[in-house]
Amino acid sequence: MTEDATPTVKRFEPPIGTASAPFWEATRDKRLLLPWCTACERPLWYPREVCPRCLDSAIEWREASGRGRVYAVTVDYKPQNPALAALGPYAVVLVELDEGVRLLGNMVGGDPEEVAVGMAVAVTWEPLSDGHHLVQFERAEP
Amino acid sequence: MAMTSSDRTMRGAAAIVGVADAASPTGVLDLHGRALEAAMVRAALDDAGLTLDDVDGVCHTNSSMQLAEYLGIHPNFTDSTNTGGSSFEVHAEHAAAAINAGVCDVVVSVYAATPRGDRGRGTARPRPQPQGEDPRAEWEAPYGLRMPMGPYALAASRHMAMYGTTSEHLAQIAVSTREWAARNPSARYRDPLTIDDVLASPMQSSPLHLLDCCLVTDGAGAFVMTSAERARSLAKPPVYVLGAGTCHDHLMITQMPDLATTPGVQSGQAAFSMAGVTPAQVDVLEAYDSFTITALLHLEDLGFCPKGEGGPYVMDGKLGPGGSLPTNTNGGGLSYTHPGMYGMFLIVEAVRQLRGEGGDRQVPGAEIAVAHGSGMVLSCMSTLVLGTEATL
Ligand SMILES: [Zn+2]
Repeated sequence: MTEDATPTVKRFEPPIGTASAPFWEATRDKRLLLPWCTACERPLWYPREVCPRCLDSAIEWREASGRGRVYAVTVDYKPQNPALAALGPYAVVLVELDEGVRLLGNMVGGDPEEVAVGMAVAVTWEPLSDGHHLVQFERAEP
Repeated sequence: MAMTSSDRTMRGAAAIVGVADAASPTGVLDLHGRALEAAMVRAALDDAGLTLDDVDGVCHTNSSMQLAEYLGIHPNFTDSTNTGGSSFEVHAEHAAAAINAGVCDVVVSVYAATPRGDRGRGTARPRPQPQGEDPRAEWEAPYGLRMPMGPYALAASRHMAMYGTTSEHLAQIAVSTREWAARNPSARYRDPLTIDDVLASPMQSSPLHLLDCCLVTDGAGAFVMTSAERARSLAKPPVYVLGAGTCHDHLMITQMPDLATTPGVQSGQAAFSMAGVTPAQVDVLEAYDSFTITALLHLEDLGFCPKGEGGPYVMDGKLGPGGSLPTNTNGGGLSYTHPGMYGMFLIVEAVRQLRGEGGDRQVPGAEIAVAHGSGMVLSCMSTLVLGTEATL
């Protein structure tokens, strides 16, 4: 990923939910924060106003490792978004972070058809038009 | 789970007494909208030997109130539950519970969707993008996951990685289902299919090929349910609701606890437990096949085979005609029809099989059938165990 390049792909840009503002704010600095329930001492995903296990609202944002493994993968050959079709086939990965939560992303770089379940990956960032960054993944050393 | 083996009060209390459906080899129907729904309601009531005056309960996936207004009826049981493709199994479960509780007496559920005809009329609408505070918009939509097949492709990749399932295994499901469609004159596709045909069809969202995916066709259907007591005086042999169960464990695929295991485990256990039936006793299985992987997951999660063994399990052709587990005997969503929410057709076909109305595709002596609906992206499973008078 080029540093803070102008977005070259016109994606559907995510709306910022009320519970996830701290997450998106940190992406300006390419920092991955996860919400943790301090009562359960576990991370939750996606961000919510309350913990889905105990309904406590004691949510604390903690920096994440940004590392994980591919939990599931598909390569889209006929994208619905015409802007993404220009990319050619691309891999959509569901990644289980070392912290135990699963985030969706695209694989950046490499052959999408070589992406496999279990592959070690690390977070990389794609600039959005408003200064936030989108979580993406790239292959990492295991 | 609240449901236990002692919760069997609903078993056999209600019966499906009328069914109707419409589909065409062209994939296009002449009628659409409320007019098509009204035609289905009328046909299902005719099938039962009932009239609109008998109806005091309505189910619809959008607005049971608007439907009732159009039909000019004043029901006292109303259900607009929408769980996607499993909605109609949920409607049947709710209707059976309401009838058993004495809330109402005759319930109609109806469905019509005409995605192909709508294109010709210029009334087709694009799949709505999630918006606003919808977590799907925030966490999934940016990544270009094709809907709805992308989530199923993710599940298939997970199943393959965990259990060694192959594209050939998935293809066999499409092949067996097509063998049933060949016996259904209303089916969209009836030509024989081979595993190689499926594997040679264009890749959509890997590992799913075009022929791993359901059709997009016009289609409609309805069922009528009443009490077991009243059912016995009507036109056709009653098909009893022996068991029913529903469970959902996510809405968006990224929240599914285990992408290789559906909440059909829970819905199936609840339904089989209420029915006092085991999978080995099932004569006909109608199991939602939005994609080949969908049907494979149902076989495992309903307990027809152990988790992870669905691939090898299907390879002897047991799902097809003459096989030991006749499955999707009308040709399924893969080859018969799939207007968007296929669950209605599972019920209609199960009822026809249990009445012996299957024609060229009749499973001889069928007494117990399962209709297993799957809604949204493997999100909401709803299982009905249905049986003839002999199974009570
Ligand atoms: Zn908690």
